[in-house]
Amino acid sequence: MTRVSVRKTYKLYIGGAFPRSESGRTFEAESQNVARASRKDARDAVRAARAAFPVWAGMTAYNRGQILYRLAEMMEARSSDLERACSGRGEVEAAIDRVVWYAGWADKLAQVLGSSNPVAGPYFDFTVPEPMGVVAVLAPGEPPLGGLISRVAPAIVGGNAAVVVASETHPVAAIEFAEALATSDLPAGTVNILTGFRDELAPWLAGHMDVNAIDLTGADGGSTELEQLAAENVKRVVRSSADAQSPWEISAFLELKTVWHPIGL
Amino acid sequence: MAQVEKRESSAPAPAPLEWEYAPAPEARDVVQLEERYGLFVGGEIVQPQTGEWFASISPSTEETLFEVALAGEADVDGAVGAARDAYENGWSGLAPSERAKYLFRIARILQERSRELAVAESLDGGKPIRESRDVDIPLAAAHFFYYAGWADKLEYAFPNRTPEPLGVAAQIIPWNFPLLMLAWKIAPALACGNTVVLKPAETTPLTAMIFADVCRQAELPPGVVNLVTGDGTTGAHLVRHDGIDKLAFTGSTEVGKLIMRELAGRDVRLTLELGGKAANIVFDDAALDQAVEGIVNGIYFNQGHVCCAGSRLLVQESIYEPLLEKLKRRLSTLRVGDPLDKNTDVGAINSKAQLEKIRELVASGEDEGAEIFQPECELPERGYWFVPTLFTNVAQSYRIAQEEIFGPVLSVLTFRTPEEAIEKANNTPYGLSAGVWTEKGSRILWMVERLRAGVVWANTFNRFDPTSPFGGYRESGFGREGGRHGLEPYLRLE
Repeated sequence: MTRVSVRKTYKLYIGGAFPRSESGRTFEAESQNVARASRKDARDAVRAARAAFPVWAGMTAYNRGQILYRLAEMMEARSSDLERACSGRGEVEAAIDRVVWYAGWADKLAQVLGSSNPVAGPYFDFTVPEPMGVVAVLAPGEPPLGGLISRVAPAIVGGNAAVVVASETHPVAAIEFAEALATSDLPAGTVNILTGFRDELAPWLAGHMDVNAIDLTGADGGSTELEQLAAENVKRVVRSSADAQSPWEISAFLELKTVWHPIGL
Repeated sequence: MAQVEKRESSAPAPAPLEWEYAPAPEARDVVQLEERYGLFVGGEIVQPQTGEWFASISPSTEETLFEVALAGEADVDGAVGAARDAYENGWSGLAPSERAKYLFRIARILQERSRELAVAESLDGGKPIRESRDVDIPLAAAHFFYYAGWADKLEYAFPNRTPEPLGVAAQIIPWNFPLLMLAWKIAPALACGNTVVLKPAETTPLTAMIFADVCRQAELPPGVVNLVTGDGTTGAHLVRHDGIDKLAFTGSTEVGKLIMRELAGRDVRLTLELGGKAANIVFDDAALDQAVEGIVNGIYFNQGHVCCAGSRLLVQESIYEPLLEKLKRRLSTLRVGDPLDKNTDVGAINSKAQLEKIRELVASGEDEGAEIFQPECELPERGYWFVPTLFTNVAQSYRIAQEEIFGPVLSVLTFRTPEEAIEKANNTPYGLSAGVWTEKGSRILWMVERLRAGVVWANTFNRFDPTSPFGGYRESGFGREGGRHGLEPYLRLE
């Protein structure tokens, strides 16, 4: 007797839960029905990210590094699912290795990106990198998993919370990745993943007053309008490539805070 | 601050009811004003192609000091062309060590001409000579000296990357620290190998025009620095010019957003240093007299024309009364008047337009229900002046607690717990600076972690240094000026 398999329903990932779109809509991508997020889902995701931000940013850097390493462990455990959702084993291995690489940066960032400043006076003066808050990420269209990881990992390692719009043409890898996120001890809401139509979601995120930065790496051209919307609250606009890996990718998502204190008796 | 509080003597000396005041004016003739200042393009002083000039007014006397060129589209185009030419034919190919030496020369000449520059700054902009002499000019020279040393060390600033200049940097600066803002912009741009077109503020072009002469004395190659004076239309021409690779703007958040929209979709690197509404937070264990000096320096320094001014005072409730009493007494000792008088604490408001803006916001504070305090104060008959002002009974929603006044006006609010202080401090769209006053070190660091601001001064305020990165969070802009981090906006890092 043949067994009928239990198939997966591909849903959104918001605030640590897997809801359907509030709009009740789906679209077909990669031969699957995938949730088609609405602007209200985007709003919910921003709200979840804002709530998660102080939790995630408030953890010690050591702790954040361990949780991201745990994320890599979860991805390794799900590698066969992830492989089916992208170009294959090579892409998955590279993505896992990239998460491990970024995990190791969590407790080194301040040392590499910060500074102690020898001011001309009796003051101790230092500069530390800090997370920006809520970051919107338009994931690159391809590679499905590699592009996503290349943008999300540097965005969150420094303590930001992210709202990610998955690749429109290859959204399944993002949802498989969400399952790794959900089991990684990453605080709920730190990464939220929306599948749907970029043209529908991106303008809401670019203009959202409670989003601090937007990564337009995945906006294929035509981002002028998004940049104009981003000016509304002076968002940081980040652009990179789908395959970048460096500490400078992290610093693009960080603020710098300089602190002065007098020296004296 | 130079002034100290008068102390009660134990021996009851007869306290004089009136103090004779002896003015101590700085000599004005150290500055030789020209009748007209042209544009500085390609190493030459040139006439504006618009044929238009406008008057530069002394805000302390309302006299016309000189006329200055109004640069139009063709003038801006000429300046960008000169900068491009200098970039491609010489400057970018010059050995970094030699680039450094030009910057060292400029630093030295600024030091040598510091008295002249200080007087010019106070004359043109209205700020007290004590500040232009002790803060603006020395810091401007220090910025050139600091970035001079970076020019041939850039590869050490960014490990595993190859730093390359961007090309032509367009820079637009405000009127509050004219020469210092010029230095913050030009020094890192040149150190990184870029050439510059800078637009000084409409009301304060004088020290920039003297800087043109400094460039001549330093024998800086023609076109490496170009200066286009004018108004907002001149700035707009510069922003829209398709020959720029970089735009650095310091000014209001409103204009910053316009610039961001204008540059959308263009391959122009952007940094913005915009407005602020900083909270200066005083806990009940703070050294009160020091805190009072810090509060005064925080908001009345440079007439409050400071983007990082501590314009919101947050006082812990238990010390509200003693602190306010001290603060009001201290306000009453501030000397407002002639910017060239070495005893002056608060000079002239930079322009008539700014004075009107301050008056409008102060009126809104009274209308909304805040209680105003202004010390008795004799103001000169001519010129633009505003008495140092303090508002109590201020709600967070009042315009004077939300909007940047950019004048000598302090809004006082209270808090009970550190959590409440943080919530109130962060409750504006800005995030440029903040101050914390407490004797408890662990509390300082707890506050520092939670304040959403690019600069936090603890037990001090309004300190600046070329080695110390400065810039905002949120709607106060992005990018840093100063320090190693201040190089990044002027480099392409492969």
